[in-house]
Amino acid sequence: MAWFKRESGDLDNSGKKTVRTEGLWVKCEGCRQIIWKKDLEENLNVCPKCQKHFRIDARARLALLLDDNQYETFDGNLSSTDPLKFVDLKAYSSRLRQAEHDTGLKDAVINAQGKLLGRPVIASVMEYAFIGGSMGAVVGEMITRAVERAAETKTPLIIVSASGGARMMEGVISLMQLAKISAALARLDKVKVPYVSVLTDPTTGGVTASFAMLGDLNIAEPGALIGFAGPRVIEQTIRQKLPAGFQRSEFLLEHGMLDAVVHRKEMKPYIARALDFMTAAVSRQPSAVSTS
Amino acid sequence: MNPIQKVQQELDQIERQVALIEANAGQNEGTRKQLDKLQERVQILREEMKGLQTAWQKTELARHPQRPQTLDYIERLFTDFSEIHGDRSFGDDAAVICGMARFHGEEVLVIGTQKGRDMKQRVYRNFGTPHPEGYRKAIRIMQVAEKFRRPIFTLVDTDGAYPGIHAEERGQAEAIAYNLREMARLEVPIIATVIGVGGSGGALAIAVADRVLMMENSIYSVISPEGCAAIMWRDATKKELAAEAMRITATDLSELGCIDDIVPEPEGGAHRDYEAAANLLDVSLQKHFAELKKMPLPELLSSRYDKFRTMAQYFKTE
Repeated sequence: MAWFKRESGDLDNSGKKTVRTEGLWVKCEGCRQIIWKKDLEENLNVCPKCQKHFRIDARARLALLLDDNQYETFDGNLSSTDPLKFVDLKAYSSRLRQAEHDTGLKDAVINAQGKLLGRPVIASVMEYAFIGGSMGAVVGEMITRAVERAAETKTPLIIVSASGGARMMEGVISLMQLAKISAALARLDKVKVPYVSVLTDPTTGGVTASFAMLGDLNIAEPGALIGFAGPRVIEQTIRQKLPAGFQRSEFLLEHGMLDAVVHRKEMKPYIARALDFMTAAVSRQPSAVSTS
Repeated sequence: MNPIQKVQQELDQIERQVALIEANAGQNEGTRKQLDKLQERVQILREEMKGLQTAWQKTELARHPQRPQTLDYIERLFTDFSEIHGDRSFGDDAAVICGMARFHGEEVLVIGTQKGRDMKQRVYRNFGTPHPEGYRKAIRIMQVAEKFRRPIFTLVDTDGAYPGIHAEERGQAEAIAYNLREMARLEVPIIATVIGVGGSGGALAIAVADRVLMMENSIYSVISPEGCAAIMWRDATKKELAAEAMRITATDLSELGCIDDIVPEPEGGAHRDYEAAANLLDVSLQKHFAELKKMPLPELLSSRYDKFRTMAQYFKTE
């Protein structure tokens, strides 16, 4: 027999009495500290304690770069036709549907035209959440169109990369996008329209080996994984552990492969500064040095 | 029994029959007719066999250790070859061979990746997988060729750009990217031929050309079948499935509109007969070279651009 007897019958289970803490806190992978999510978001998704830059999606990136979050998107109506009818453990067509459902995008990039601190720009921003930001025929075509639009309208171009590289489910078709975009960039280069490439976490494979490394300026966010081969592939090839910090932005900067590593807070003013440097001299023709 | 074994068996049977009949044929009219008939059937079956070869079998042919390599073709297709070394900033990459040569008497530049045959050579050539300095050497010399209006022939046979620590440190991605952009606007005719394995960006970095050809038993892909299987199936032994799914053979690429022509190979593959393989490639190169030489420069450049611009547009607009 129990010592105490419940007199009022059963426990009252109606109504929620628990405090929901789920999703309110985030653990920073950089410093292992627990951060209040609201603090993190107010700080542009950069850890307030250790400055680790969390990944952000393409729309958040556009909001960060373009004035008043005002921009016009274009070519967002293109979608893949699954040319190889590729099926691995899952059909590519169903992966596409899933990604479209999750991101609300038809493929892994958004093309936008807007203003950056008052300067008109064209921005192509990659969406990592869409099949790892991988590049197939649609991404290749959209970025090429953005490059062409920049060349035709003489509007500076910004491409923000976040991608695992070429999309395997489109095989060699993905590979050919590297050549296509690079050829378009050769034309943009010829007409002297500025192109700033922004590399974010992660940028690897065919994206790094084409447009991401072809900017007039190639700049990256701190701590981003940037490389040609992925770290796992390298480890398997050389059968060694990779040194800490290998293929991170700071490593590339040290090896002369990046022009600058720029904090997310500084990104917009930095690009604006760069565009001033690159646009003024071109418009003023004859003199060798631009005097403003 | 798979269909190929079936055909192989029938072929063997017919060949035995032919030998038997030939042995006691003599001048008999009827027997000769029978022989002709059988030989015809053999031809048909051989053709069928080609069509039945799986992507993985083609991959094995493309990687065949005895398959002719860049230097084998240079020796047979060109005269007066003189090698040019180094990228003038870091080193000389032996995986990439560059040199001045003459093609049917005309001054040209030849560039190719070389895998090496025995172990010593393979180590020296880094198994045909270039470092950034290899790509930088290639583009540097291509720009010299451009300056003096010399056409460029490239031969591609690489598993890909080397994925190692030093390659990353020295900017493998940047080296490839730079080549892609600069090759797109080089003001001389360029013909690229995949002679064995066309491994992803590392192959494309010397294959942005006016004409991209593939030897009949070569492959060209975004990742190796093993790599694709390891990532997509999480099991590298699914390489045969992956090879099929990615569509990597010359016929696949031709159907997808990613290459301009297929160069036939001698019966059984290029490794069976180096001379015949080189002759077939020679015929194809001469044909395309003659076409390109007729084109005025602006047309050459715009058609190179348009080719890659309109290539592989597999998307729909909604």
